[in-house]
Amino acid sequence: MRATARQRQTQPLQIVRLSMARRGRLLRRLWHDAPLSSIGALGVIGFLLLALIGPYLTPYNPTANSLSERNQPPSLAHPFGTDNFGRDILSRIIYGGRNIFALTGSATLIAVGLGLVIGLYVGYLGGWLDQIVMRLADALLALPSLLLTLVLLGALGNSRFTVLVAIVILYVPIVTRVVRSVVLDVKTKAYIEAAEIGGESRFHILFREIMPAVLPTLAVEGALRFSYAIFLVASLGFLGLGVARPEPDWGLMVSEARDWYALSPHILFFPSAAIVVLVVCVNLMADGLRRLLEYSEAD
Amino acid sequence: MISYLTRRVLFFGLTLLLTSLIVFAAVRLLPGDVETAVLGRGAEPAARAALRQELGLDLPFLIQYANWLGKFLRGDWGNSYALKAPIMPLVMQRLGNSMRLALIAMLIAVPLSVLLGLLAGLSEGKPFDIAFSLISLILVGIPEFVMGIILINVVALEWKLLPPSASVPPDASFSEALPRLILPSLTAAAVLLAYIGRLTRVGVIAELRRTYVRTAVLKGLRWRQVVFKHVLRNALLPTITVIAISFGWLISGLVVIENVFAYPGLGRLMVFAIQQRDLPLILGGVMIAVTAFALANLIADLLYAALNPRIRLS
Repeated sequence: MRATARQRQTQPLQIVRLSMARRGRLLRRLWHDAPLSSIGALGVIGFLLLALIGPYLTPYNPTANSLSERNQPPSLAHPFGTDNFGRDILSRIIYGGRNIFALTGSATLIAVGLGLVIGLYVGYLGGWLDQIVMRLADALLALPSLLLTLVLLGALGNSRFTVLVAIVILYVPIVTRVVRSVVLDVKTKAYIEAAEIGGESRFHILFREIMPAVLPTLAVEGALRFSYAIFLVASLGFLGLGVARPEPDWGLMVSEARDWYALSPHILFFPSAAIVVLVVCVNLMADGLRRLLEYSEAD
Repeated sequence: MISYLTRRVLFFGLTLLLTSLIVFAAVRLLPGDVETAVLGRGAEPAARAALRQELGLDLPFLIQYANWLGKFLRGDWGNSYALKAPIMPLVMQRLGNSMRLALIAMLIAVPLSVLLGLLAGLSEGKPFDIAFSLISLILVGIPEFVMGIILINVVALEWKLLPPSASVPPDASFSEALPRLILPSLTAAAVLLAYIGRLTRVGVIAELRRTYVRTAVLKGLRWRQVVFKHVLRNALLPTITVIAISFGWLISGLVVIENVFAYPGLGRLMVFAIQQRDLPLILGGVMIAVTAFALANLIADLLYAALNPRIRLS
């Protein structure tokens, strides 16, 4: 039984199972069609590496004040200069990047995982469960994202954990809806019917037969969610919400640098640039993933 | 059309009801501490119990919700803990201020983004399109607070063209407030411009590939006629929905923008309410914002149906 089930899995679009040669071909085509998308993906990897190993590269403590070195312009010792407490801005950006990656990355992964499981189940089973879950999702989606986050920050308290919960609550309905729409399409395919007749367990059908077809779309959606999450966390940080001072936070750094703009604009420039460059890179990466999905569908 | 209308309006009511239940549950069930917020930290247990009874917090959750909803619909939204004033007039005044900002931003962003998106879509792959795509891509990546600060520093502080802050008295008249509204509106418009423009461009490109365009060209219609009478009409349909969705985006964006420019709108009031943990104020403010957003979606859906017979007949 199992062996025949394996053989049946000559299914549509599964980037995960493509041969290396075909993967290489798709990537080269992406580089040719949309070089910016590839550069964006490389940029995201760069930011990620910096967040992972950056702390070992910088000799400065991101929260250590140094009154003799306040508001220094960029120099060899401090490539991005120092802020009004004499703290090294590059170190603060590296540690702030770590914080924002940890928070938005884990929140996005949790939301994508939950949305995937819920979407698979309600999409495949349908019926009243599907109706209830989707109406609930509609109600949650009727709340503008920052407002729902503000409600939760007010109710649960102003902490990073609340922000994580808020992002998960915001994105689970969106991911669920995307997954469900793919499931609705896939479950009418003949190979699913074959698996049902073959007596495969529901778990097997959901996670081994349907899920691979959902993954490419999910990757695109996940990348988009990740970019919105960065945006949201940076905005909250700017409002002074969901951050633990004096932990470095990009949004809060921008907010605190406002008063020093006339004197030393670099304090404002570097954290702002970090946010913009990262968000643009993630958006480009999402666009690249979408193109890859289109290529493999067109094949 | 009538049945579609009733269905849409019923759906609107149901969504609002569910959303209000979610928001109410978030505010009431989560371990927020109303007694401490009202009475302060060192309150007597007896005083706490009396307050719980007075506010109806000892009742079952659904009864609390029904009571709150009944009062809310009758316009009795309670008093703010922090400001010791009735919530409804306060929230309504601030909502009006936020709407001014949203309206100006929309008036700038919508026509301009549709025009630019159309031009970019018509010149797909040419320098104008590439420039448009690049600039809008970067604009989408710039958070409102960064854009706001750039505008303040360049336009207001260096060029001294406009006032840097938008801190008008909350009851200022429109003409009094206008010069101070321009920079915050531009900030809000920048993100909308990129967002709506990109989607218009995609819509135009998709429509241009349809066979009816070729038919229209081959039967000898002038290109201008093809574009304005056929392509733009079809391409603009999804744009209506996008504008409604971006209204929700705008609500979130305004929270940030009002704080950057110290403008007395609903968003700034909400951040104040969070900092004070003023739960009734949060509840009132969020409910009114959600209603506005849902209403925008409803109007967009009805407009969409009115313009597109394929929807209302199915």
